Amino acid sequence: MAVITIREALNQALREELQRDKNVFLMGEEVAAYQGAYKVTKGLLEEFGAQRVIDTPITELGFAGLGVGAAMVGLRPIVEFMTWNFSILATDQIINSAAKMLYMSGGQFKIPMVFRGPGGSAFQVSSQHSQALESWYAYFPGLKVVMPSTAADAKGLLKSAVRDDDPVIFIEQERMYGQKGEVPDDVDFTIPLGVADVKRAGTDATIVARSLMVPLALKAAEELEKEGVSCEVIDPRTIRPLDIDTIIKSVRKTNRVVVAEESHPFCGVAGEISAEINERAFDYLDAPVRRVSGADVPMPYAKNLENLAIPGVAQIVAAVREVAYL
Amino acid sequence: MEAEAPELEQSVEARKAEQKARLKGLDRKTLVELYYQMLLVRRFEEKSAESYSMGKIGGFCHLYIGQEAVAIGAISAVRRDDYVITSYREHAHALAKGMTPESVMAELYGKATGCSKGKGGSMHMFDKSVGFLGGHAIVGGQIPLATGVAFASKYLGTDQVTLCFFGEAAVNQGAFHESLNLAQLWKLPCIYICENNQYGMGTSVERAMSFQDISLKAHAYEIVGEIVDGMDVLAVREATRRAVERARKYSLPTLLEVRTYRFMGHSMSDPGNYRTRAEIEQHQERDPLKLFAATLRETGTISETELKDLDTRVREEVANALRFADESPEPDPRELYTDIYANPIPPTESAE
Repeated sequence: MAVITIREALNQALREELQRDKNVFLMGEEVAAYQGAYKVTKGLLEEFGAQRVIDTPITELGFAGLGVGAAMVGLRPIVEFMTWNFSILATDQIINSAAKMLYMSGGQFKIPMVFRGPGGSAFQVSSQHSQALESWYAYFPGLKVVMPSTAADAKGLLKSAVRDDDPVIFIEQERMYGQKGEVPDDVDFTIPLGVADVKRAGTDATIVARSLMVPLALKAAEELEKEGVSCEVIDPRTIRPLDIDTIIKSVRKTNRVVVAEESHPFCGVAGEISAEINERAFDYLDAPVRRVSGADVPMPYAKNLENLAIPGVAQIVAAVREVAYL
Repeated sequence: MEAEAPELEQSVEARKAEQKARLKGLDRKTLVELYYQMLLVRRFEEKSAESYSMGKIGGFCHLYIGQEAVAIGAISAVRRDDYVITSYREHAHALAKGMTPESVMAELYGKATGCSKGKGGSMHMFDKSVGFLGGHAIVGGQIPLATGVAFASKYLGTDQVTLCFFGEAAVNQGAFHESLNLAQLWKLPCIYICENNQYGMGTSVERAMSFQDISLKAHAYEIVGEIVDGMDVLAVREATRRAVERARKYSLPTLLEVRTYRFMGHSMSDPGNYRTRAEIEQHQERDPLKLFAATLRETGTISETELKDLDTRVREEVANALRFADESPEPDPRELYTDIYANPIPPTESAE
């Protein structure tokens, strides 16, 4: 087990999958010569050459669609969006082509493809470069949506995503690339898609958190432990398909739930999880499910306003106290 | 507006003379096959319209009548292992690429035996076995896909080429421009075939495009562009063959602007009040089937009797397709939840 950053873990996953299968190729803006805008693709051009690690023009709709076409006839593209914000230009190809191709062709054309890049809040880049889009993509049957929160998860899930035969939306958190964690060295280390992970076991309340909120939820759990409140922290890791059973199992044990997310609350993933819990485990709840979400505003630039827009440990702690009637 | 359409100025005799000159070097079998395919599309579409009116076909249904020479001429210039991808007006392309009238009609009828198992309908026909990649219904959406298919051929080192069909209205979409830029930047064996039928739904090209010489738009990307007479099946075939050679030998893209005209409405629900009956009739004088039949007859390639026999055969084939579609079962209700994922993730053990 090596201790490496999420950035390095992703880089390892890409390298290993490019080594394993010649039909895997990587394309995106600045992924090759520039070594990646966030250095996730560092060294890959050198090792695999310009035929497989491909710099694209700034033409998101064009290269996203090109990737889908290539996947229709047997390649396994990894398309990087420099950030997920720019994927908005490519949504027609992601949603209308990639997500629906298998279904509308009656099962003939699978799209084994990964769309990946950093998403969620970044540092002081204002509204157009700082937003969480997972609820958009998770809405569509045909897509899988993955959001890792640790270095090991990042590596294991990305490798599974590349090996998967469906289009996978892989959202890396922009602020978390430098976070370190232990990662197994085995080149066949993978983590299955669609399986949640209990990041911390507990008995009094469940905190469901993904991506940036996972380390914050763990800190909140530590603080609450001091007050004698034992929190279970569950990271779904895959948003679609959602491992709701692991969440429900926890709810039956703790009877109290907080769902934390950095995205906007309206029509969001936390709302969906809350609805699922209400439908499946209402009788086990001792308090209404509580959401902690990002502010329902475009992301501001000013540091103090930005801090107010993103949930922190204090809000999660307060929400748990609320559902525990403390 | 008629005076502004130079193709309408040309006499039928002049057009026949041009087409006859193109017969050179083509054997009888090929020529008859081309006519047969155009006729098959014509009769297939006529019956589709009837079935639509009877309520046997639902949703949107975009017919190809008037444009037959484009799909048939172009697709006759490629191999079976080459790829074809197109828009939602695709029944002809599907048939031309080798799909059976049965599987296409059954798809229109929403039956389990349809080429997409009844999940795609008129706008989403697919058949992997003949390299027919759809059937895409967002205007211009198939153009980046085609570019990617051609990219894959180059990546894998095959010599397959890709034909990408779209209407002239798609030229105003970003997808068109982004794709042409990538295709020439990366030297991809893709042939972009713009079927300029002069109307995007009810909006004429004059009302939609600031600069209407579509073939010249290729030059913005340093791609070879060519204007092709879309009412002459042999002209389309010749131009496509040149483009195919450029793609196969040199891995280069081409843009063909094929000038054609649809005789029917945009879809079955089109009231057609944006163009005059007289305009349609003028274009019907240029009917690609009429022209080709006359050329074949006058050159002694085919007799009047043989033409009639061919029509009888085609009508029978279409009748068989209709019967097959009618008698086929609807999709099993369980099909609703299949083909969503190639690797479905089974639910974990229920917590109930």
